[in-house]
Amino acid sequence: MEVFLLQLFNGLSISSILLLVALGLAITFGLMKVINMAHGELIMIGAYSTYLTQNLFQDYLPKSLFDWYFVLAVPVSFVIAFIFGLILEISLIRFLYGRPLDSLLATWGVGLVLQQLARSIFGAPNVAVTSPAWLNGGMKIMDGTLLPYKRIFIIALVIACLVSMYFYIYRSHEGRRMRAVMQNRDMASCLGVSTRRVDAMTFAIGSGIAGIAGCALTLLGPIGPSLGTYYIVDAFMVVVLGGVGKLVGTVLGATGIGMFNTLFEYWTNASLGKVLVFVCIVAFLQWKPMGLVAMRSRSLD
Amino acid sequence: MLMRIQMKKFTPQRIWILIAYTAAAAALFSAPLFVSDFRLNLLAKFLAFAIVALGLDLIWGFTGILSLGHGIFFGLGAYAMAMYLKLAASGGKPPDFMGWSGLKELPLFWQPFQNFWFAVAMGIAIPAFLALVLGYFTFRNRIRGVYFTILTQALVIITTTLLIGQQAFTGGTNGITGYSTVLGYSIGSPETKRVLYYVTVAALIAIFIFCRYVIGSRFGKVLRAIRDGENRVRFIGYNPAIYQMVVFTISAGIAGVAGMLFVLHVGIISPSMLGIVPSIEMVLWVAIGGRGTLVGAALGAILMNWAKSEFSTAYPQGWLFFMGLLFVVVVVFLPKGVAGLIGQIKFRRKRREPNHEGVRNPAV
Repeated sequence: MEVFLLQLFNGLSISSILLLVALGLAITFGLMKVINMAHGELIMIGAYSTYLTQNLFQDYLPKSLFDWYFVLAVPVSFVIAFIFGLILEISLIRFLYGRPLDSLLATWGVGLVLQQLARSIFGAPNVAVTSPAWLNGGMKIMDGTLLPYKRIFIIALVIACLVSMYFYIYRSHEGRRMRAVMQNRDMASCLGVSTRRVDAMTFAIGSGIAGIAGCALTLLGPIGPSLGTYYIVDAFMVVVLGGVGKLVGTVLGATGIGMFNTLFEYWTNASLGKVLVFVCIVAFLQWKPMGLVAMRSRSLD
Repeated sequence: MLMRIQMKKFTPQRIWILIAYTAAAAALFSAPLFVSDFRLNLLAKFLAFAIVALGLDLIWGFTGILSLGHGIFFGLGAYAMAMYLKLAASGGKPPDFMGWSGLKELPLFWQPFQNFWFAVAMGIAIPAFLALVLGYFTFRNRIRGVYFTILTQALVIITTTLLIGQQAFTGGTNGITGYSTVLGYSIGSPETKRVLYYVTVAALIAIFIFCRYVIGSRFGKVLRAIRDGENRVRFIGYNPAIYQMVVFTISAGIAGVAGMLFVLHVGIISPSMLGIVPSIEMVLWVAIGGRGTLVGAALGAILMNWAKSEFSTAYPQGWLFFMGLLFVVVVVFLPKGVAGLIGQIKFRRKRREPNHEGVRNPAV
């Protein structure tokens, strides 16, 4: 029972991180058919933003306030990654609409440059971020089962992001425009929606969420320039499995991959577990090639 | 078929191209006379990479399938050859790294690799089979484009984790190294190296001619049709999945050949040589040289690797910056690569080339 609960919690924890990483990807891919391989580097940017916030607090503010730096770090990571995403969209991505494979390669190049940039600025070795004291320790639910506060915090953060994304997409004017563009770009633009603005905004928000993901990852271990590369492929698998265009697909995809990954790794070992997850995904796509939740459309592709 | 292509028309342009090819082949075969042994070994390695580029161009440039998993196919070929070489070095006993992991007996699947020709056959067959299986389960369901690309990338991740994780059988992170002989000849001696170089040149030329033959054939025409408008091809009555599967398999087999030659020249194979970054680098060679032209792809591979070996040792950081920027510039501004640029300058045709990603707004 304890083992089961613990594994369930671990699975939930992995799922929540995957979801945070994949959320931005799924939106940009669904909306613009652009594959952003630099997404991992936006995570890295978010993580380093947290690191910088921590350093600023350490250097310039009284010690008593230090524990609260993390509260500020979340929005800071969001804003910095948001700005990077906006610059990326305006300077490069908009030339690549409708060319998914090319966008994949070009953004990979961008990712390489950003990684190298981080390496020159912060150095190649990993840096550690001290997590605030109020996140140390854990919740004891029974003997031998301790749920770390850090992971609970991450899950809560993900739920908060998810809820705000839901309200943004389904309950706001901006979100309605975004859905309109996603369903039929030409028609939306005929009806006066500025598709350029919607694209730029959506891409930037997706990047900002990646920044929050980076911020969350600092709680789990030291961070380095190639932090994002560990998560990017898994995040793409979430998109493939979940289908594009609906939030619920991404949520289900992330939960599925996170849970099965934990389960298989518990049954076998880390390397075989990954293989099994991959096999399961390919097998699942035999049944539903468009992923779990596909947007209904009458177009052929 | 080949005869027919060559007999088609002997326009002056064709003759020039033929002369250029002959000159290039002659230059490659006579290189050992001018170049030092060290440089020759490097050149041989680059030619092995050029072979992968040919296979990659076949699926990306001509069929429109982007595989980010060719490092794996390359690597599996390399591992097959490495297993033979390792067993040849240890005289059929379990290699050293197995002992470190506490393995006393030679595993069953290692044993046939004592035979050189079996290893060669497996070096082609294993990657080709893996590609066939993946292709069967994806193309059949019309999983293509970016989805397929992402799946190939996931394949890279799991294969490398598997290779690292199963240390007793694969040598783990260190890979397989420490060879002594190939078919009884010392692998380090200049004479053997020279022979291996000639073998590589011959393989490159043979695969080049084979690819040209494939492209010129009816099969190749269907491939290009799939690239430009897959649904139209389907409605005409072809089954694109079969064609995609076959060409993906061929391409993986070619990558396997290249991997075997690579191991013979370099003397080591490890998971870091077939991971995500090497795989995507292979795509970069083709993108820079020019997708859709075989010569461009091969030249792209040779030139990029030459540039890398010249600059990356002197400025390792600058090289990564440069490579990233090159990726962006080539993809955004030169979608047809350098070969396309030359073609544009040379012919300046009025006719607009069809968009590479296929028909923009298919009327189907």
